[in-house]
Amino acid sequence: MANISITPGSIARPADAIPKRPNPVWLFIRTQPLGFAGLIVILAYLAAAVGAQWIAPYDPEAIDFTAMLTPPNSEHLLGTDQFGRDVFSRIVYGARTALAVGILSSLFGCTLGAIIGAASGYWGGRIDTMIQRVVDVMLSFPIIVLAMVVVAVLGKRPLLGVDMNLVAAIALPFIPKMTRIARSSTLSIAQMPYIDAARAAGYGDGRIIMRHILPNIVAPYLIMTTAFIAQAILLEASLSFLGLGVTEPTPAWGLMLSGASADFYKSAPWMILFPGLAITLAVFAFNMFGDSLRDWLDPKMRS
Amino acid sequence: MNSSMKFALAVGLVFGVASPAAHAQAPKKGGVLNFAVVAEPPTYDCHATTTFATLHPVRPHYSGLLKFKGDVNSKIELVGDLAESFEQSKDGLTYTFKLRRNVKFHDGTPFTAADIKATYERIVNPQAGILSARKALHENITAIETPDDFTAVFKLNVPNASMLNNFASPFNCVYSAKKLMEDQRYPEKAPMGTGPFVYVDYVKGATWEAKRFDQYFEAGRPYLDGYKAFFVKANSVVPGMQGGQFDAEFRGRTPKERDQLVDAMKDNVTVQEGPWTTSVLLTFNTKRKPFDDVRVRQALTMAVDRRAGAVPLSKISMLKFVGGLTRPGSEWALPDDELNKLPGYGTDIAKSREEAKKLLAAAGVTNLKIKLVNRNIAEPYTPAGIFVVSEWKKIGVEAEHLQLENKSYFDAQASGEFDATVEFISDFVDDPSLQFVKFISAKKSPVNVSGSEDAELDKLFDAQAATIDPVERRKLTQAFEKRAITQSYSMMLYWWQRIVVLNKKVKGWELHASHFTGQDLAGVWLDQ
Repeated sequence: MANISITPGSIARPADAIPKRPNPVWLFIRTQPLGFAGLIVILAYLAAAVGAQWIAPYDPEAIDFTAMLTPPNSEHLLGTDQFGRDVFSRIVYGARTALAVGILSSLFGCTLGAIIGAASGYWGGRIDTMIQRVVDVMLSFPIIVLAMVVVAVLGKRPLLGVDMNLVAAIALPFIPKMTRIARSSTLSIAQMPYIDAARAAGYGDGRIIMRHILPNIVAPYLIMTTAFIAQAILLEASLSFLGLGVTEPTPAWGLMLSGASADFYKSAPWMILFPGLAITLAVFAFNMFGDSLRDWLDPKMRS
Repeated sequence: MNSSMKFALAVGLVFGVASPAAHAQAPKKGGVLNFAVVAEPPTYDCHATTTFATLHPVRPHYSGLLKFKGDVNSKIELVGDLAESFEQSKDGLTYTFKLRRNVKFHDGTPFTAADIKATYERIVNPQAGILSARKALHENITAIETPDDFTAVFKLNVPNASMLNNFASPFNCVYSAKKLMEDQRYPEKAPMGTGPFVYVDYVKGATWEAKRFDQYFEAGRPYLDGYKAFFVKANSVVPGMQGGQFDAEFRGRTPKERDQLVDAMKDNVTVQEGPWTTSVLLTFNTKRKPFDDVRVRQALTMAVDRRAGAVPLSKISMLKFVGGLTRPGSEWALPDDELNKLPGYGTDIAKSREEAKKLLAAAGVTNLKIKLVNRNIAEPYTPAGIFVVSEWKKIGVEAEHLQLENKSYFDAQASGEFDATVEFISDFVDDPSLQFVKFISAKKSPVNVSGSEDAELDKLFDAQAATIDPVERRKLTQAFEKRAITQSYSMMLYWWQRIVVLNKKVKGWELHASHFTGQDLAGVWLDQ
């Protein structure tokens, strides 16, 4: 019998046997290039929102009658509006309004929707039926109509420069949508053995929902939150355009497209062109990132 | 009767004064005038309404005792409508009107002094359920006598310097006494008067139609076969005129809309522009600190460079003229050298803003943040709000600009939920009693939004209202204006410009300083 000597390094090491896990960020960049591009744009907008006072060359609300309707030039990169206000500065500051309202309303709507959906799916029965009929009613309203009604009824309630009633109005249409998604995920999770085990261990319903169900619907929650940010930005712009959102002179993209701006579409097209592009790019970026996040987080899609 | 002032108004002479356009060409008969009205009439009753949305479609069905005639850029004068002549007693307590004969209502009944009496009694002492929006302006009328069918005598308890203007108010449509006796509410149902046009039809939200009254008292008039008013949104006027649906919109358009129409229609439109008896002002809530301090209010008005903003703002909005509480250019306006001495009207803005900062410091106010309540109507309220917010920033004052829909806006004012609010004043004539009523004590004036109480202003107001002699009255109105501007309960921002664009075929229409007057359409004709 031959002697077998074992020396260090002579047996296969686990590292050689199991392929090295690629860096998740790199994996995301490689597999979701559009999503990554969207992320870069989102980060750029976030940077603009946070550092607006350093990036914007002018006070976005300051009137300069000597520069009324100036076309884009070296002093005013994207031109000026009818009050001589710098369009670039207003777009940079407008990112604050768009992202603040977009992120807050999406987070608020999705979080509330997820909790209601999880409760609806977990308890089932009459509670589920009741919640789902309310959701049916809410879903029957077009998003913009529902938001308009809420804004008109609630008026304005500014907090740290953000109108919280506007946030609530935009969040409201997201709640039933997220409720449906969270409910369907909960229905399958609720059948899992670990839920039965939790029940057997004597855990209360609240603890089971909060500790065992909600953490398992994080993936759809994240995906929907990201996707709804794009919708929220668009909705905020639409409401401002209709005169129901942010009011002048606060810089906001939708507001920059509304009112008298439309009168100047021939003589000063930059007044509506650049805010329009800012909205389009932001919505596109969030949509791309949201779609990619869905593909990346979903194991079936990944395979 | 002692008559110090006697105006014999020969009707023929009066109507010989026509617009330059009418002089150039003999009026042609025929055609239907189509015009836009950018709001729906809330009522057809002239006595109850306060809006042009009623007057523009409804006023051509009626006549008044007197009316305003002329062009704001030349001269507007008071002339007879149903009155052939009138006398005012020396003590200002009696007005005697000699009325036209052979005037008929649209139902064929003859017009007499009884109709004047019934009309003014409805205004002065309306029956229960009848709204008389200008009752307070006529409260000095204590008796209306009709010694014969064509004489009406008004007795007043105290002289009222505005009474002649009130008799010419476009809202004082003369109604049929016979019809009123049958139904005090008849004007709310189917307009019927002695005016140049007979009511035909009204489709809510769409149109108002009228046809020519062949028995109108002015021979040869009206020239039009009829008119059709279209109730539309403001943004439909330009495309509607370009497309030939409307020949005019008489309230007034923005400079940009004028440019768009001139650009698109070239020589097919005529533009009439002039000053407007309408202004935008800011009112402070004197019930709230620190706006109860005159130094703070003065500082805020002194920070605003009205003169620098006037020309640029006039290019993008209806705001144009810098003035005090009376329309600049009117007979009541405070002279510039007097105005320039008052807070907010200084000619050195840098100095003015330095002074404003000192006033705020003296009042112990730092980091002032103002809740500025405005209407969510774009023109000209939004530019006014944007301008003021930007100007206040220059003295370190931040403002939160809240643009509210009409109900919330008026609720905020009524409940005092504001620090400052953008307001407007719009009257049918330049008359200090009309323009000043917002500035007298809140206890006396329901339209005072500031909540201020000022006995000196009240005293000056009452004195000017009762002073018939225009020279003496002017002294009092100027004293009132100086006091009101110095106290700065409200700060006048700008007086508006009125821009009316007409299809070039529309002739004989005269531009007044008010969009409420000059709308009986009797002299309008179509060159086609």
